[in-house]
Amino acid sequence: MLKRTHYLVALGTVLLLVLVLLNLPGTAAARLKLAVGGVFLPLFGAVAGSQSFVDRASYNLLPHATLVAEVQRLERDNAALLLAAAQGADAIAENNRLRSQFGALPRGPWKPRLCRIVSRDASTWWRTALIDYGSRDGAQPNQTIVANGGLVGRISAVGFSHSQIAFVGDADCGVSVIVAETRDLGVIKGSQSTTEAGIAELTMLQNCPQVMPGHAAITSGFGGVFPRGLPVGTILDTRPSVGGLYTTARIRLLANLNRLDEVWVLQP
Amino acid sequence: MSWLSPALLFVVAWLAVFGQTQFPIVRDWLGTPPGILPALVVYAAFTHGIGVVTSLSVAAALWLDALSGSRLGASIGPLFAVGFVLHARQHLLLREQRYAQFWLGFGAGIFVPLATGTLLQFGTRQPYWGTSSAAQLAVSGILNGLMCPAAFLLFDRLRATFEYQPVGPGPFRADREIKRGRT
Repeated sequence: MLKRTHYLVALGTVLLLVLVLLNLPGTAAARLKLAVGGVFLPLFGAVAGSQSFVDRASYNLLPHATLVAEVQRLERDNAALLLAAAQGADAIAENNRLRSQFGALPRGPWKPRLCRIVSRDASTWWRTALIDYGSRDGAQPNQTIVANGGLVGRISAVGFSHSQIAFVGDADCGVSVIVAETRDLGVIKGSQSTTEAGIAELTMLQNCPQVMPGHAAITSGFGGVFPRGLPVGTILDTRPSVGGLYTTARIRLLANLNRLDEVWVLQP
Repeated sequence: MSWLSPALLFVVAWLAVFGQTQFPIVRDWLGTPPGILPALVVYAAFTHGIGVVTSLSVAAALWLDALSGSRLGASIGPLFAVGFVLHARQHLLLREQRYAQFWLGFGAGIFVPLATGTLLQFGTRQPYWGTSSAAQLAVSGILNGLMCPAAFLLFDRLRATFEYQPVGPGPFRADREIKRGRT
């Protein structure tokens, strides 16, 4: 009899807890989730510390000549990039002058901030990760994440020291894109049927037979989340939908989402 | 020292959830995060009280949801269901046999992600559910099938080392007792 009471108490407690948790308002649930995730902070710290130790140890093992050659190469790259940046700044200023004449808002340069991915999604159902960038560092929901010159995703939830990011193609990260060569508009939908690494599915808004493999997909800026013109990936193949109303294309993303260790957050 | 075994279970579950979010090479190779929580819950259901099973299921599921895109609380139901049913029916199962432990872990390893994914389908956001999901379920089943006997082996050894052993029957045999007095 006592055992049966125990079972009923356990069942009732769990049912009540699940009902309360699943009916929490979105913001409260997100905050509670990041708070629960806080129990892993010591492990995140331990992993970061051990990685930094291994990095330092490997730097000490590198020969001096290799380091000098690397510094020289970086100095050359830096000089070339500074020149390109000066040229770009001039073009941005000119673009903003022209935009102001049409009454459009200026497009300021991005302020990128390097962040480390501390953990990946623990389930197979989503494409998310945690980064070491939280509200104390200025994180805000919907800030854009890029890596390797391509779009990675957006910040979906912000905690004090860490934020959750949703990768391109996750249910929480739909992206409006245009094909650079043909200017055709499409959407990378939130829910993907493909689970292949680095591949996303793009649904064009109409039948687009002129979209070819190798064409570049860039953000359109229409969604209001991502800035316009960010490279997303290249078209792998296309297929018409049943009835031929629209075209579906597979995109190979520029950023290899499975192999990312560090990402850039574009701060406004 | 009766607290040691549940405490160890919680620590291992905590590390297991963290391990699911790390090691990208292993994740790529397996095609799925290496989750062993179902095997731990199976072990807990056979060796601990319903209180430990419930609290382990709830805590582990909350940790898992906190490090995934799922809504907080989405994984509690399937994990608890495995622990609850096995605990209630443990007298009917061959829990001492290694092959039984393997198949129980295998079943739990398939049931928990399958039930979680099915529950998530009813939410506002649609999870990934494609052709590779079947392979991921199979990998999860095999992994948990292997981990379940390993958990029994490891935790039973730890319990044998750190906890008081039950006193055996001793040398006394009632059938050899000399009865004094007249018969």
